[in-house]
Amino acid sequence: MIGRTAILRLAAGAVGLGAVAGAGFLAYALHPAIAPIAPPAATSFPAESVERGRVLAAGGYCAECHTRRDGQPGIPLAGDYAMATPFGTIYSSNITPDAQTGIGRWSLEAFTRAMRYGVSRDGANLFPAFPFDHFTHMTDGDIADVYAYLMAQKPVHSVKRENTLPFPFSMRILQAGWKLMFLHPGAYQNDPAHDAQWNRGAYLAEGLSHCSACHTPRNAMGAEKASAPYDGAPVDNWIAPPLNATNPTPVTWTEDEFFQYLRYGVAPLHGSAAGPMSPVVHGGLSEMPEADVHAIAHYLANIDHADARQPGDARHLTAAMATSTRDLTTPQTADPDARLYQAACSACHANTGVRPVLGRPELALNNALWLSEPTNLYQVILRGIGTEEGQPGITMPSFYHALTDADLARLAAYLRRTRTTLPPWTDLEKKAAAVRATLPAPPVAASH
Amino acid sequence: MTSFRLNGHDISVDVPDDTPLLWVIRDEIGLTGTKFGCGIGMCGACTVHVGGRATRSCITPVSAVQGAEITTIEGLDPAGNHPVQEAWKDLQVPQCGYCQSGQIMQAASLLHDYPQPTDEDIDAVMGGSLCRCMTYIRIRDAIKKAAAATRGEPSNG
Repeated sequence: MIGRTAILRLAAGAVGLGAVAGAGFLAYALHPAIAPIAPPAATSFPAESVERGRVLAAGGYCAECHTRRDGQPGIPLAGDYAMATPFGTIYSSNITPDAQTGIGRWSLEAFTRAMRYGVSRDGANLFPAFPFDHFTHMTDGDIADVYAYLMAQKPVHSVKRENTLPFPFSMRILQAGWKLMFLHPGAYQNDPAHDAQWNRGAYLAEGLSHCSACHTPRNAMGAEKASAPYDGAPVDNWIAPPLNATNPTPVTWTEDEFFQYLRYGVAPLHGSAAGPMSPVVHGGLSEMPEADVHAIAHYLANIDHADARQPGDARHLTAAMATSTRDLTTPQTADPDARLYQAACSACHANTGVRPVLGRPELALNNALWLSEPTNLYQVILRGIGTEEGQPGITMPSFYHALTDADLARLAAYLRRTRTTLPPWTDLEKKAAAVRATLPAPPVAASH
Repeated sequence: MTSFRLNGHDISVDVPDDTPLLWVIRDEIGLTGTKFGCGIGMCGACTVHVGGRATRSCITPVSAVQGAEITTIEGLDPAGNHPVQEAWKDLQVPQCGYCQSGQIMQAASLLHDYPQPTDEDIDAVMGGSLCRCMTYIRIRDAIKKAAAATRGEPSNG
């Protein structure tokens, strides 16, 4: 989820160094090492703190980026996750309490400094692929609980692979320039204009759960654009949709839609959490207290001006549902694209009622058809969705071998034309090939 | 190793993750009621239920059904007396029969979503289940008969 931005941020670091070069910068950029400690016993941390930390670590998705996924999958939190960038790969660090290869010799002070200022125990600047620009907004107490949880885990001796970043991107000191420009350190301060639930949601969304790290586009220096919060952005060959009023789906992302999605993985009037969003829900937010997920939903619904947009929803829902069975009923259509849709998709996606049936995702309501590019539509068709993703327990097959790029292009064009009111996508076949090229080949359904 | 429940039994299979679920059902588990048709998810003959939803098993990698509850035609009803199966027998729906287990699984799923389906419902949901013997008229009648039986009404078929 994070890898795409790493190199941009590195480059930004270089620019930042140029902008603020001088002795003052060096004083800013250099940090002392914090003395190593004897690894504390797991039992030295109060069980309640460890449990709170477990929930927080889930809500911050620590294990997502600190667990190796490629090749031989790693032990959770032992690091070595490969964040591929066009310029090289950054491998995440081992955050189990191993004394030699992990954070076993980190004090709470050192851990807090890393979370709040992006500085390693030894004083080196961390690359902002680690989203300390969000974790900085956590409270001291929450950071201490995450620390307790991590230090109470079984130490795993695991040496990460070396980053393959070329000089000068490999110079950690350059990151100080990036921080000077884009890091706003300090715990979240409540906004008195809003109530406690909103502030709780903002605290979680902007800090621990770092929603905007994926959902806000980044500037040329790889920092989130302050002028376009939650406008949506490409991420790991998917599109993280806009979470503000520019979200193009016909029905508003209301507080309840957000809650259903973030809690259970499926929003009845939008669709399910696939791709990079699936672990956010199923490995992360599902562990959080329900009230916290409600708070995030409350906050996000406020960001997207749900109250102001909702009055049009009933009309938009009716219009979308009216397209669901287009070309599927008697007499049979002669449109070959419609017939491809009927053969491959409609048995599971056609809805004849006034609302979609749960488990029968309505494409006319889905982000995938309304975004500016067909990326997410292609991803889902090619990959499918496993039973542990999206709506748990059910699955969508993988059409990787069933549909050619030309077929994908026909389906995308057809659905965009018939199930949305937006202009057609362009270069569809080329884009299908591009998305396919990012995927490992799934199943071969050759004949017996 | 992928584990799931199939027709109420715990199953674990040690096959490559990308093995199609259909191959596991037929070749590893030995239940051959589910048929291989087109192999690309376009004909419906391989339809089973995953988590209660009709699913094309020929293009579903087994790794995607970890922990799932799967039902094949053999498990739809312990005695083969699901209302759809009853209607199928009463109206002698099958001709060559090859597509029928997929048709029945899809129809059972349809009745779950739309218990009293109209012609439009049937067309929309069953359109991806092909029958080369063209028994579509009897399939439509049988679905309506099963729906009537489910709501306790007599039907002349």
